[in-house]
Amino acid sequence: MSTDSRAFRARSWIMAGCGALCLLVPAAARAQEKPDDSVAALRHEIEEMKKAYEERISALEKRLAEVETAPPPAPEALPSEPQVAAASPTEAPAAGGGPAQTSNYFNPGISVIGNFLAVGGHNPVENLPAADLRESEVGIQAIVDPYARADFFLSFGEEGVDVEEGFATFTSLPAQLLAKVGRMRTAFGKVNGLHLHVLPWPDEPLPVVNLLGGEEGWIGTGVSIARLLPVGDVFTEGTLQIFRGQAEGLFAGERRGDLSYNGHYRVFMDLTEAANLDLGLSYGVGPNGTAENADTRLQGLDLTYRWKPLQTGSYRSATLRGEVYRSRREQPDGTQKAIGWYASGDYQLAKRWFLGARYEASDHADDDSLRDTGAAGTLTFWPSEFSQLRAELRRRHYSLTGETANELLLQLQFAIGAHGAHPF
Amino acid sequence: MKRNLLAASAFVALASLSSAAEAKLRVVTSLQDLASIAQSVGGDRVETFALAKGYQDPHFVDAKPSFVLQLSRADLLIVAGLELEIGYLPPLLDQSRNDKVHSGNPGYLDASIGCDILQRPTAQVTRAMGDVHPFGNPHYWTDPNNGRVIARSIAARLSQLDPAGSAAYQRNLAAFEQRLAQKEAEWMAKMAPFAGTKVVTFHDSWPNFAKHFKLAIVGHVEPKPGIPPTPSHTLDTINLIQAQKVPVILVEPYFDRKTPDYIAGKTGAAVATFYPSVGGTPAIKDYFALFDTDVDAFVAAMKGKK
Repeated sequence: MSTDSRAFRARSWIMAGCGALCLLVPAAARAQEKPDDSVAALRHEIEEMKKAYEERISALEKRLAEVETAPPPAPEALPSEPQVAAASPTEAPAAGGGPAQTSNYFNPGISVIGNFLAVGGHNPVENLPAADLRESEVGIQAIVDPYARADFFLSFGEEGVDVEEGFATFTSLPAQLLAKVGRMRTAFGKVNGLHLHVLPWPDEPLPVVNLLGGEEGWIGTGVSIARLLPVGDVFTEGTLQIFRGQAEGLFAGERRGDLSYNGHYRVFMDLTEAANLDLGLSYGVGPNGTAENADTRLQGLDLTYRWKPLQTGSYRSATLRGEVYRSRREQPDGTQKAIGWYASGDYQLAKRWFLGARYEASDHADDDSLRDTGAAGTLTFWPSEFSQLRAELRRRHYSLTGETANELLLQLQFAIGAHGAHPF
Repeated sequence: MKRNLLAASAFVALASLSSAAEAKLRVVTSLQDLASIAQSVGGDRVETFALAKGYQDPHFVDAKPSFVLQLSRADLLIVAGLELEIGYLPPLLDQSRNDKVHSGNPGYLDASIGCDILQRPTAQVTRAMGDVHPFGNPHYWTDPNNGRVIARSIAARLSQLDPAGSAAYQRNLAAFEQRLAQKEAEWMAKMAPFAGTKVVTFHDSWPNFAKHFKLAIVGHVEPKPGIPPTPSHTLDTINLIQAQKVPVILVEPYFDRKTPDYIAGKTGAAVATFYPSVGGTPAIKDYFALFDTDVDAFVAAMKGKK
């Protein structure tokens, strides 16, 4: 890189200069043959100079290093906005390897995750297409200012776009608080808070589909406040969320004052260095719209056990996860008390191979006499950190029609753009 | 505005320090190497905690909530930088509720600043090259010269956060540098007979070590960074080792030894477990022991070779 060679050249000039001085000055001192004390004085002076030069060199080196470590400007951005570069021709050379265009420099990190799903088998109830680019999730993320960051996740289907999430997170609040404002996946249970592409399956489990309003799960628009509540060295966190009273398939409040609420309490414990336990309790309530003041109350319990030996963590790991949801839905024809749960396990066979199984069962939220059940096995292969192939064999029994469907789901997920953090 | 904030936070840090008498500065680091150096420089005025363990692949660290708690209590966060921590640190920081240790504040120190960083890409990088780091190779602490730079940065930053301890930090730094110079001479003497030796490494973690100790890395067991060995690449590596008479394969402790052992069986090269970090084994207690162990491992592997 040019900065490197420039830095090297500058450094070598300074070095050479110092070297020359160090050689010349004592030689001059010797030539003059002064008495001992003045030689000592000269020596002292030289030492001082040497010290001063060394300090200046290290200061320069530090500055150079800072310039070197400054992230380079996005090169592909240059041709797209030539007028900006033309408008300020003096800026680019003066920056010396720094960002040439601040307007582009502060652009957010952008990533796109493609989620392709092919389905074989016969299913008259959930009739997924044979091949589907199910979701193209565009993530746009950046820090807003010293107080907040923003995250947008736009979910493009083959037709139409959804704002899956779009919120600001206030990261520097007092009293161990963290606030999110906007539209977000509700912190109800475990998988509801996760995006589809990070789940260990290509599909959402039945309790989410039947009790949280459908495949999308519960997404709320409003405010979320979370506080750290450490118990000794154990991580616990309480979250309170207040959303408007509408959520697709779940809540349908008509008045502005009809809000929905969610509370979540999470405990995380390191059992050993390799194993940990994650426990969550959730409680949600909101107007379901079937009658005036008719509410749906939701309770959730989630438990995740993870095992991942650090030494060989990239080759062996296991996760056991289970959730139970209860839904109490007030309807004109009587209150429906539905229950749903799933249990799943995943085992890492090799660096890039994972094997998993899931059992699921859930009543219908609006009719607790109907219970769907299902079982699935998955095999996942990660060609690299940025792509993933998954096969799921799934059997589901639908109580409404009494039909049983056996299907094969083949999923390809691929991510481009900014490197997101690995989900945990 | 920003400066006022900084001044205010520095003042608050100072006030809280002086009020809590001998309260130690809490230093959280991403790597145990950085924790070791911070402990040497900070002495009994600091307590350190490393997120990644030395025997763990530093690219794949889980963003465990228990780390959130550590970060929420930290006075100083020291990271290796160069996007080594990108897979886990950003969400932890966001949840830490601790503005002090966010990037841009004095409580955040990127240890790579001022270090000799190798393999900075000179052309556009794409992920076709594997898991490449667009800001250069992040395994730079395996050069003792960089260790010295890191120690100086840490001493300066600790002095800034805790001016009362400034003299102690400078004293500790001088002791660290003196010990490092002495050890460095020892390591160089041990490695000198092997100058120019060709080596193959599993992952590209060792360019700084190789540069300092004058080894020539000619290949990797991984076909591309982060991509596990493939049969065809393994064959290429065997041919390479035979053609270039490479005597030793260096393997980081968290990788599967199967392929390197297979290659060694075919070529007669020795396989040496090379620890990239402090804590890789219980014996590697500090930054000096790291080089002691690796240098000795190399010398042992080269016994009877050449």
